[in-house]
This record gives sequence, C-alpha cells and structure tokens, in this order.
Amino acid sequence: MALIRVTSPHVHKPAGTSEVMRLVILATAPGICAMTFFFGWGTLINLVLACSLALVFEAICIKARHRPVSFYLKDNSALVTAVLLALSLPPFAPWWLTTVAVFVAIVIAKQLYGGIGQNPFNPAMIAYALVLISFPIEMTRWTAPFVMQAAEGWQVLSFTDTLSVIFGGWQTAADAFTSATPLDEMRHRAGMTTTEIWRSSSVLANIGAWHAVSAAYLMGGIFLLYKKIFTWHTPASLILTLAAVSLLFYVISPDNYTDPIFHISVGATIFGAFFIATDPVSAATSNIGKIWYGAGIGLLIYIIRTWGNYPDAVAFSVLIMNLAAPFIDQYTQPRTYGHKSANRGMKE
Amino acid sequence: MGKIFAFHGGIHPPENKKQSTRSPIRPAPVPAQLTVPLQQHIGAPAKPCVQPGHHVLKGQVIALAQGKISTSVHAPSSGTVIEIAPKPVPHVSGLSAPCIVIETDGKDTWIDHTGLPDYTQLKQNELIDYIRHHGISGMGGAGFPTDIKLHLGDDHIVNTLVINAAECEPYITADDMLLRERAEQVIGGIEIINYLLRPSHILIGIEDNKSHAIRVLEEAVRGSSLNIDIVVVPTKYPSGGEKQLIKLLTGVEVPSGKIPADVGIVCQNVGTAAAIHQAVTQGIPLISRIVTVTGDAVRKPQNLEALIGTPFKTLLTAADLQENKLSRLVMGGPMMGFTIEDDQIPVIKTSNCIIAATLDEMPPAPPALACIRCGLCEQVCPAELLPQQLHWFAKSRELEKAKHHNLFDCIECGACSYVCPSNIPLVQYYRYAKNEIREEEAEQRKAEQARQRFEARQARLEQEKVDKENRRRERAEQAAKAQKAKQAAPASESTPKATAPGDELKKLKTAAAIARTKLKKAQTALEKAKAEGMNDLSELTEQHQLAEKAANEAQQAFEQAEKSAATAAPSGPDLKQLKTQAAVARTKLKKAQQALKNAEEKGQDGIESLRTTVQELEAKAAVAQQAFDDAEQSNEASHTSPGENPKLNGLKEDAEKAKATLDKAEKALAAAIESGSPAAEKMKAGVEKLSAKYQAAQSAYEAEAKSTTPTTVPAKKEEAQLDAKTLKQNVSIMRTKLRKAEKALGEADAGSDTAVELKAEIDRLTSLHNEAKLALEAVEAKQQADAAKQGIDLKQLKVDAAMARAAVTKAERAIKKQQETEPEAELTSLKESLVAAQNHAEQLNKTLSQFE
Repeated sequence: MALIRVTSPHVHKPAGTSEVMRLVILATAPGICAMTFFFGWGTLINLVLACSLALVFEAICIKARHRPVSFYLKDNSALVTAVLLALSLPPFAPWWLTTVAVFVAIVIAKQLYGGIGQNPFNPAMIAYALVLISFPIEMTRWTAPFVMQAAEGWQVLSFTDTLSVIFGGWQTAADAFTSATPLDEMRHRAGMTTTEIWRSSSVLANIGAWHAVSAAYLMGGIFLLYKKIFTWHTPASLILTLAAVSLLFYVISPDNYTDPIFHISVGATIFGAFFIATDPVSAATSNIGKIWYGAGIGLLIYIIRTWGNYPDAVAFSVLIMNLAAPFIDQYTQPRTYGHKSANRGMKE
Repeated sequence: MGKIFAFHGGIHPPENKKQSTRSPIRPAPVPAQLTVPLQQHIGAPAKPCVQPGHHVLKGQVIALAQGKISTSVHAPSSGTVIEIAPKPVPHVSGLSAPCIVIETDGKDTWIDHTGLPDYTQLKQNELIDYIRHHGISGMGGAGFPTDIKLHLGDDHIVNTLVINAAECEPYITADDMLLRERAEQVIGGIEIINYLLRPSHILIGIEDNKSHAIRVLEEAVRGSSLNIDIVVVPTKYPSGGEKQLIKLLTGVEVPSGKIPADVGIVCQNVGTAAAIHQAVTQGIPLISRIVTVTGDAVRKPQNLEALIGTPFKTLLTAADLQENKLSRLVMGGPMMGFTIEDDQIPVIKTSNCIIAATLDEMPPAPPALACIRCGLCEQVCPAELLPQQLHWFAKSRELEKAKHHNLFDCIECGACSYVCPSNIPLVQYYRYAKNEIREEEAEQRKAEQARQRFEARQARLEQEKVDKENRRRERAEQAAKAQKAKQAAPASESTPKATAPGDELKKLKTAAAIARTKLKKAQTALEKAKAEGMNDLSELTEQHQLAEKAANEAQQAFEQAEKSAATAAPSGPDLKQLKTQAAVARTKLKKAQQALKNAEEKGQDGIESLRTTVQELEAKAAVAQQAFDDAEQSNEASHTSPGENPKLNGLKEDAEKAKATLDKAEKALAAAIESGSPAAEKMKAGVEKLSAKYQAAQSAYEAEAKSTTPTTVPAKKEEAQLDAKTLKQNVSIMRTKLRKAEKALGEADAGSDTAVELKAEIDRLTSLHNEAKLALEAVEAKQQADAAKQGIDLKQLKVDAAMARAAVTKAERAIKKQQETEPEAELTSLKESLVAAQNHAEQLNKTLSQFE
C-alpha cells in the first residue's frame, strides 16, 4: 500500500489565508456602497484601477523573486491592500496618484520587505502617508457629499465625467473638488469656537453623510468580528481610548475641543479601527499587546488631530505604532500554563 | 456535578464519533500470530522468561518487569512461542523493537487464574505489586506503568483522584463504549485505586458529547459507596489532556516541569481503572483492549475488543476495509496520532484507535504560506504559549529564544496547526526545535564531562610530579643523613641498607603468598586427578612437591627478612614511633582525666564509664612508656655491640626453625605409623627431607660462625675482597696523579709556598702509589699461589688465553676476506676453524676468570 506518511495533526480547519482575505474584502462592501452613494463613481473607478494595478505589480515582483506567481497571487493579500488604499484615497484622485500609491504599497512597502507576512509597516498606510505628503493638493479632491433631497434622484457626477476627471485632469470646475472634510473644517477653524463652527460651516451641516459612511464600515467590522477574523481587542481599545481622551479635553474646554462622538464618527476612525489597525502582519501579537497597540493609536490620533499639522491622523498613528509593535510584543508575552508569571523581554 | 473551570484556547474539530458508536463492542478474531512487544510503555522493556518452542497458555507470564519503571507482559492467547526478535512496532519512528511472536493454536485456553477474594486484606505495597505483575499500564496516552502512579501515595499527599473519561480527540470512541457497556468495572477499579491512594475527592471528567455514557456512569456511581463526582465538561479539544483536564476540574495548574502528584492530584484513564478491576477481582492480566476501527475506508466502523499483539490487518479486515480507498492509516486520533504503513504492526496496550482514511477525508496538507501573524494559533493554544514566535525562532534556529518562550511546555496537541490559515506545520517545527535543543544539551554534557576528566588528569599528573619531588628530596636527605652517620661512627656496624626495608619486606611477603597459592593449585589439581581416577599422577605429584618446596623457601626468606629487618634496626625509626606512641597515650590519658574531673564537678551522668575509660588509658600509657624504655635500652645495647652479625643470626634461626619443623614431623610420623595411616610412607619421605634441610641449615650456620671474623675492621676486609682488576686501576690512577703532581712541581717556582705544598702532595701520592702497588702484587701472588695449587701456571694461562683470542679474530677476518673476494665459495672449513678457535678461547677465559 502506498500510504501517506506524515506527522500529526492530520486534519485542518477549512479556511486559509485566501478565505480570510476574501472575507475582509467582503466586509468593506457596505462601506463601498456608502461611499459610492455619497460621492459618486469615483470610489468604484479607483477600486478597479487600484486592484488591477496591485495584481500586476505583485505578479512582477513575485516573478522577480522566482516564486510561483499564481500561488502567491491567490492569497488575495494584494487585493486587500488595494481595496483599503482605494477607500482611503479621495474619490476624485487622479489616476497617477493612485498608481503611485499602489506602487509604493505593493512593491516598496510589501514585496521589498519579503512579501506577505514580512512587512513591518501597514502597506496601505505607507502609501497613503507618502502620497499625502507628496501631493497635498490632489489629496484634498473631495466633493461635497450628495445629500438626498426629496424626489430628486441620485445626483452625482456622471460616470463618464468622473472618468475624465480621474484620467483626464482638471476639466470641470476646480472649486467643486476642493470641498473640505469635516476634519478639515475643524482643523482650520481660525479661532472660532466649536459652537460657532457648527453653526457656520456648510460642510458640517452635511455631516450626516460622513456618519453614514462610518456606520457602514462599522457594520463590516462587526461582521469580521463575528467571523473571528480578528479579536475585539484592537478596535475596542482604539475607539475607547480616543473617546476617553477627547472626552477629557472636551470636558475641560468644550469651546476649543471637539466632542468624542465627532472624533469617533468622522474621518477614518471606524475604518481605521476595523480595517487598518487590525492588519495582523504589522500589529502586535498577544491580546494584551493588541490592547496597548490600539490604545496607542487612539491616543496618537487625538494628539495629531488636535495639535498636529494634518487634519486626519489615522495613517500616521498606525505607522508610529507599527514601529512600537515588536517592543510591545516583547513585554506583553502571555503567562504560559504552569508558570507563575509571564516572561518580560528576552532575558531569563 | 462538580464545578467546572476553564482552560485557555482549544478548538472544535468535527467529531466524527457517531460512525463507530452505532454497534456494540465486538470481540476481534484471534489472529494466527500474535506479536507482543516487550516494551509497550514508558520505562524499561520486560525480560522474556520463555524460549522459542515453549507452549504458553492464555494469560501466562511471558516476560517479567525489569527495574523500577516496567511492567510484565502476558500471553494474549494460548499457543507456541515461535521467536523472540525485533519486529515493527507502533511508534512514530517506524523502528523495530524486540517482540515475542506466538503462534496461536486456536484453542484460547486460559491459564488458571483467580483474583483476590478481598483485596483490602493485602497491604498497599503488595496490592500494587500484584497490579504490576498483571501487566497493568496506562491505556490512554503515553502509557505509564500504573504501579508507579499508585506508588505516588507513598511520598506525596494525594487529595484528588481524577478519572479521565474525556476522550477529546475526534474519531476515538473506545472509552465511550467501555463506559456504556462496562461502567461497573470502571467503578470497581476506582474503588481499588481509592483504597491505594486514599484521596479526599474523586472526580470523573467526561465530555458532554457522551450523553449515553454519562447516564450509565451516573447509574453505576449510585451503586458505589464512594463519593464520586461526575463532572461534565464542554466538548473541546484538548480537554482530555492531563494538564488541561486538571485545570478544568480543579482550577489548579500543574507547575511547569512538575507532575500532577506534586499538587496532590493523580490522573488515571477509565480503561486503566477497568483493567485494574479485572486483574484484582478475577486475576485477568492486561491482554486485550478496546480499539476503535474507523475512517471512511472501512465499511463497518466499530469498536473491537482486540488481543494485544493482534496485527492491525486483522482488525481492519474485521471492519471490512476497502483497500482501494485507503490513503492514510493513522494510529491514534487525527490530532496526535501517527501514520503507519505496515498493517502487520500489532495492537499494544496504548493503541486506542486506528483510522483508515480516504484521500478526501484527510487530504495532504497544501503548501505552507508565510505566516501572516494573525495570532489564531495563540488564541487556541491550551498551554498559553506564543506559537507564532516559537515558529519564527524554530525556523531561524534561535533555539535559546525558543527555550525562553517555554517551548518545552508545548504538549504537541496540534491545535495551532489546525487553525493556521497559512497551513504552516507548526507542530513539526516545535518537534524539530525540541530535538535540536536536546541534542545540544547532550553535547554540552559530554563536553563538560570530557573537560572534567581532562582537568582531573592534569591535577593527577601535577600531584604525581610534586610527590616525586618530595620523595626524591626525602631520599636525598636520608642519604645525606646516613652518610653523615656513617662518617661520624665508622666503627659502628654497617647496618644493612635501610633504604626501603618496607618495600623489600613487602616483596618477599607477596612472593611467599604467590608461592602458597601455587602450592594450593597444585594440590587441588592433584586431588582432582586422583578423584577422576587418572593413572599417571607422577607429573602432578612432582609439580606438587616443587610447589611445596618453593612455598617453604619463600616463606622462610620472608620471615628471615622480617627478622633481620627487626634485629638490624632497633634504631631511630622504631624508637621514634614508640616515643610518639607513648606521648599520644599520655595525652589521651590526660584528656580523659580532665573529662572525668569535669563530670564529677558538674555531677553529670556516666561518671562510672568515664572512670573505667581513665583506668584503661592509664594502663595503655604505662605499656607504651614501657615499650619505649625497653626499645631505648636495647638500642643502646645494640649500639655497644657492633659485632652482631645479622647473617649469622639469620642462619642460626634457620637452623633452629628447621629443627623445630623436623621434630614436629617426626612426631607426626610416629603417630601415623602407630595408627597405621596409609600416608605414613609419604610422611616418612617428608621427614627425611626435613632432616636433610635441618642438617644443611646447621652446617651453614657453623660454617658462617667459623668464617665470620669480628667486624671491627670491616674496611680492611672489604679491601681484601677487592679483586685484582680494581687494584690495577688504583695503581694506574696513583701513577697518573703522581706524574701530574711532579709536573706541577716542575712548573712551579722552587722555594715558593705552592712548591712546598706540591712537594708534600707528591710525597703523599708516592706513598699511596707504593701501597696500591704492594696490594696489587699481594693479590697477584695470591692468585698465582691459588692457581699453582691447582697445577696451573697462571702466567702461562694468561698468555694462552690471549693467543686464543687472537686466533679467533684471525679466523673471523679470513672469513670476511673470503666473502669479499669469492662470495660463491664454500665457507664451511673456515667456519669450522672459527668455531674451534672460539671454543678454545672460551675455555681458557673460564679457567682464567676463576682466579680473577
């Protein structure tokens, strides 16, 4: 008999890496729908562009490393990076911006470090940060979100027009694309108190759209928690820390600081909490470590948003905590069964 | 129902247990051949007590336990032992191990077996030995000989007995069926274990997927007098692992590196408990067990009661195996079992399951991706490790870091491998890392031992050098002392060399002992030969006599040396020793007296004994002092009579001894002749020998006494003994010295001080020279006279000898010349003449040497 000869275990859970990645992409579906509804076709076009470019770049890199191309493409990790990146970039970002971002994410931040599982930083965030600093104007191409008025129908820029904006350049009116995000508004308030801003800004009047987008991402996040793709520690810790810190400052001086609900529901907080910070490769390992990691990100988000130079801080916070992840790992080892206390660091 | 705690991690693989619980336990067919391994558990293999060709009955002991951790092995069925040889056994390595192969005769006849009527009558040790003798060892997991676990009550406090009925691995249902059908046996076994260990609590841990078994067990527990708690735990793998079950049932964690008994808990499998019950109540040894045969490749998955040693093929055939579907044979469960290829491998005491899997059921693992650090492995690890980090360290061979991350706490359950999304074979990495670490540690231990041996050797050599130096120095000092003593008192007798008298004595003693053993050997040989009725005893008797003679001689020599050593040196060393002994005795006495005084003052007990001690010591001290005084006196006496000749004394004693032995032998001979003993002839011969000896000794003594002159002038005697050669040398030396001095005088200035000195020197040397010459002439004259007595002219003899020598050299040269010029020619005549010349020269030299 020619029997298989191998050591235990002999059974395996059905799901593999590709399934995990597929579920993550699936969980972004509500968010994609929300973005498309409020901001038009741009998100979808960017998605398609980013995904195809990501696969091409990844294939080239794997081939250059003399690895089997289809085996490594099948794990869907490049797709996940591309999707998350596309969702972070503004809907009307020009095509070359997307291209540069995808190139940086896939080739530089992932493959050059050794491929899947070897990147120390979150690839999507590296790309986002690089692009944000290099092309600040293009990174502010947001339109005002579409707000449904009675019996109007869905009034966004047409598909072909969106294509021409993305691929053609500045064709239509420039000011339509320089609408600020709520965070921009808060950042550049120029001395107005919070109450005054809320009353005067038109952007903030339409904040409901942003809330809706965050809620959509929250749905996706909860779905992933249910599927046990990741544990609750990082998202919960991130959100709670951010809420706590902003609450503290809001209580001290409501006029100068914005409330916790604003911070949580606007910008990339929810998206970052459930999709960016939970990227396992660059995050901390143990559960306690994840709590520290999430807390660090939350704190940094508040600090950079309030006193830093940039309106949105999720990308930078995540990158800074990526730096700290190995250190967190060393000092948050779990206590092994039968031992009195956990090991600390690498010493005996 | 007891309280349930929880353990970290765990997985829920598909159970696959329903297939094999549909039918009851059936007995497996008895195979044609049974292969019973000698080692079916941790510990030493048993030693066979049967031989190929023996007929054995079912239940008969065929191998006995060896050592502390071991169990006996019994014949599972009646038959004939064919061979005892290495055969493939169920082990991960696939290696063979020694087995006893029995060919069954189909009759399956039992040996007489009765259980113990009342096991409570036995002492605990005896009962445990009984259990060990019946071959009971752990039947789940590693297989520890049960008697070891039962002995834990001796030196540990056992407060909880945990019975493991969890059976957490998928596919396996052996324990489940055992509980369903034979729960009373399990409870009976628990009662016996309770008698041996006396725990305060008894807990049975069982998973909630065995509802039928739980019901039956509850019923059985009700019928027992013990307070047994049945704790139903949630179905999770690996809740049946010993450490995990203990945490589940008691909330206590077994410390790393320790055994559960160290926290007062003993864990036993239900199968083992049932086997104990069978052994104690019915005397049935462990010769069969329930095996689950399952998998998609068998048409009738079921539980079979198989004899130990049954080849798995028998069981698979009984379960209707479809060979074309078979892709993997797993022994054990799917999480921790190992694959086997040979279906002739036998069932052993720990085989609880065999899975005949198809390709779909257990597909080969897909290729592994890189680790994406998802952390799922850490979520499920029951030992709360960081499998991800361990994997990184094992991969990069950072073994120190792996050890630091508690690699050795891994129980290799496979849960991490099960969940890994990248299909990384994590458990294999850990096994590899553990092996590497073990090998490294073994190498280190070897190197450490080698280093220690090397250092010890260096130290020993150093010590030897130092000792040698010390000895040399001592000897030099002693020699210097002796030299001084000699020069200071030339008139005193020259004591025989005191250099290592002890060594001489020892040598003689050993020689005497060796001679005695040789004598004994010869004696036994002679007697044996006589007993066997050999005819020709003459050689042996001769050897015997020789040995006797040698033994006697050696003994005498030793005793002589002893005596001479004693008489020759009633001198410094002995005196010193006696002096120190006396001093020591005095100090001891003083101490005892002091102690007595103290006791008397303080009124302590034991005064009487102290007083007696004091008296004894007084006596001893007096004796020592007396000995020292005597020695001193005799020493002085001996110094004042330097004329004592030890040789003379020795001979005298020899003679006396010989006389004594002769008298004894004569008496014995008389007695023998009177009683008509057959040995009389022999004894007569012996007596004659002894008398001859005595005569010899006596004459030797008298000769020595006559020839010995008073040794007051030993110097001259020594000179007279010098032979002509040395005298001649002396003469020539004197001549050269004289010539030198004359030359010096010639060179020196006349009338100077040096000249005067030199002249005095010359005078002295001339007188010495004349003396030496005279001595030489005297000796030569003596030689001549001696030779003339024998009718030989010494001068002529000398000349003849010289001529003979010259003839020899001539003959040699002729041969050489002939060889060079005509190598082919015959050399016989020349050789003959050479030989003749050599002989002549030899003869003359011999005669000459008599006078030189």
